[in-house]
Amino acid sequence: METCRFPSNTASFLPHPLFAGYCTDSTPCMDDFLVIDHVTKSFGAQRAVDDVSLAVAQGEAFSLLGPSGCGKTTLLRMIAGFERPDRGRILVGGQDITGLPPELRPVNTVFQNYALFPHLSVWENVAFGLRMSRRPREEIRSGVDRMLELVRLSEHARKRPAQLSGGQRQRVAIARALVNRPQVLLLDEPLAALDLKLRQHMLMELNTIHEQVGTTFIYVTHDQGEAMSLSDRIAVMNAGKVEQVDSPENLYETPRTSFVATFIGDANFFTGVVVELQHEGYVWVMIDGLGSPLVLGNGPVSSNQTLRLMVRPEKISLTLKRPPSGERVNAFPGIVEDIAYFGSHTRYRIRAGEHSVLAQLQRSRFSGGDIDPQRGAEVWMSFHPDEGRVVRLEAQP
Amino acid sequence: MSAGLKPSRQWLITLPSLAWLVVFFVIPAILVILTAFRPTDLQGGVGAGWTLETLREVQDPAYLPILWRTLWLGGLTTLVCLALALPMAFQMARVGERMRQVLLLLIVIPFLSNFLIRIFAWKSLLHPEGPLTKLLIGLHLIPENAILLNHVGTVLLVLVYTQLPFAILPLYAAAEKFDFGLLDAARDLGAGPWRAFAKVFIPGVGRGIISAAVMVFVCCLGQYVIPQMVGGASDEMLGNKIAQRVFSDRNLPHASALAGGLMLAVLVPMLVVAFWQRFGRKEAA
Repeated sequence: METCRFPSNTASFLPHPLFAGYCTDSTPCMDDFLVIDHVTKSFGAQRAVDDVSLAVAQGEAFSLLGPSGCGKTTLLRMIAGFERPDRGRILVGGQDITGLPPELRPVNTVFQNYALFPHLSVWENVAFGLRMSRRPREEIRSGVDRMLELVRLSEHARKRPAQLSGGQRQRVAIARALVNRPQVLLLDEPLAALDLKLRQHMLMELNTIHEQVGTTFIYVTHDQGEAMSLSDRIAVMNAGKVEQVDSPENLYETPRTSFVATFIGDANFFTGVVVELQHEGYVWVMIDGLGSPLVLGNGPVSSNQTLRLMVRPEKISLTLKRPPSGERVNAFPGIVEDIAYFGSHTRYRIRAGEHSVLAQLQRSRFSGGDIDPQRGAEVWMSFHPDEGRVVRLEAQP
Repeated sequence: MSAGLKPSRQWLITLPSLAWLVVFFVIPAILVILTAFRPTDLQGGVGAGWTLETLREVQDPAYLPILWRTLWLGGLTTLVCLALALPMAFQMARVGERMRQVLLLLIVIPFLSNFLIRIFAWKSLLHPEGPLTKLLIGLHLIPENAILLNHVGTVLLVLVYTQLPFAILPLYAAAEKFDFGLLDAARDLGAGPWRAFAKVFIPGVGRGIISAAVMVFVCCLGQYVIPQMVGGASDEMLGNKIAQRVFSDRNLPHASALAGGLMLAVLVPMLVVAFWQRFGRKEAA
C-alpha cells in the first residue's frame, strides 16, 4: 500500500504530543474548540455511533478515518445538524449546539457529491449562504469575489455547475462553505469523486486553503493516505467507536490496536507469550514456530501474558546469511515464497514454519537492498527491537 | 431501443402515432378552423362559399366577461392545484416505496369511475338537502339559508378537484428526480426549512411545475360540463357558449370560430413553453 505524504501544515497549530497528552479522549480541556462529549446515535437496533468523545483544537485539521459503516459519516452529520444524537453533547467554541438546526450552526459542510445548486451560476452558488443571512449587497459581492479568487475560479463565475469539471465543482463547494466564515468546516470524503491525478493535486490544494483560512477542518474519509496527508490528527473509528486518536506518525509507528495497524498501512501480526521481562520496558516474547524476539513492551506487561506483536513490512530487513547476533537480536530464517516488484520497492512473502511474513525492501545498497533473493531461496529476516510493536489483544478481524 | 435502425431512420418509429395525430387531430382541427369561414345554412349545417361574417359576429363584447371568467377560473384553478400538489409531490418523493404505491393508487382511483358520475356526486353532496350543506349548517359554519351549489366558487372547487391529479403526477415525476441532498446543502448554508423549499426545491422541479401548469390550465379552458352542472346561470365559461352554439343554435361556423380561437389561444402558449424548454435544456447541457 502506497502512501503519498506531503508535509502537513503543522505551522498553524501547536505541537501535537503536548496537546494529545494534555487533553485525553474523555476529559476535554478548555482550549478545545470542537468538543464531542459522549455522543451516541442508534438507527433502530444498530449503534452507528457508540459513546464517542473527541476534542479538536481551533485551526486544527482533523480526520475521522474508518471503513464504511464505522459511524464517521453519522458523526459528521450530527456535527452539521442533520442528525440529532440520542445522548451526549456537541460544543463549538464553548457553545452547546446539540439542539440547534443546521441553519443556525457556525458550521458549514462540503458534501461528498458537492450538492451544488444546478439552477444557479457558480457565483450565485457561492453567494447563497450570504444571501440567506441577508448580508448587505456590497459585502456579498466582495465576499464572493474574494472566495472565487481563493479557489482560482474567478473566470468561471458565470458558468453553471454542470459546465465545470469535477475538481472545479469541488472548489466551488469549498468556496460556498468557506464564504460564510464557519468556525468549523466539515468535508465529507472530499476527494472520493476525483480521479487519481486530480486527487493528488487537490490534497495539496486543500492543505494550502487550510493554511490560508486557518479554520478548523474536519475531514471524513475511508482513505488512510488521504487522512495522513491532510490532517494534524486522525481519529480512527471502527464499529461506532474511536479506536485511537493520534498524529499520523504515531498512528503508523505505534498503533494501539491491530485494527489501527491494519487500517493504516500493512502489518505482520504474531501472537506470543511473554517469557522474560528486560530492563527499560523491553520483553522477550515466545512465538510458536518462529522464535523469541526482543521487543518494546508498549505499556505494562507481565510474565506469561499472551500478547500480539506487530511488525511493519518495511521494518524487516532481509539478508542471505545470518546477521551477527550482537548487532541484530531478532533474526529468523525463512524461505522466499513470492516476490512482487513495485519499482520503488519490492515485496517478499516469506514462509517461516506456519507463519507467512511480508517484508518490503528498497533497492538501495545502503538499506540492505543489494541482495536479490530468488523464489525458494533461504533468507534471514531481522528487525530492531523498537520496531516490533505490542498491540492490544483482540479477536482476529 | 432501436439498435437495428440507422439514426436517420429512427423517426420511422414515430410514424404510427404521427399518422394517428394527423388523421384524428390535425385534419379535424384544420376543418374546424375552415368551417369558421363558411356561411350558415337554414338547416343548421354549413353552406357553400366563404365569408368573414362569423369573425365579425364573435367580436361581440358580450363574450368579453365570459372570456375573462374562463381565463381567471383556469388561472386560479392552476394556482390552487399547484399549491396543493407541490407539498404532495414533495412528500411522495420522500416516503418509502410502499407508502408511495399507496399514495399513487389513491390518486388514480377516482379515474376508475366516470367523470360525469363524479360531478353528479359533487352535485348531490353540495345540494341544499345534501349531507355537506346540512353538516355545515348544523355546525353553524354557514348561515341557514346558504346555498353551496350554483356559485362560481363551486365551479372553482370542482375544477380543482378534477384537475388536481394532473398537477400531482408531473410534479411527482419531477420531484422523484430531485436530489434531496440539495435541501441539506441549503439548510447547511443558513436557509430555514421553508426558504430551502422555496429557493432550492421549487426551482429544482421547475420543469415539472411548467408541465403541471400547462396541463391544468389548458384542461380548464375547455371545460363546459362543470360550470353547467354545479355553476349558476352567470358562471358560464367559453366552453358553454361553444356547446350552446352547436346544440341549441345549430350555428356551426360560429361555434367553430369560438373553438378555433380557443384552440389557438391554447396552442400558442404551449408552443412557446415547448420552445423555451428545448432552449433551456440545451443551455443546461
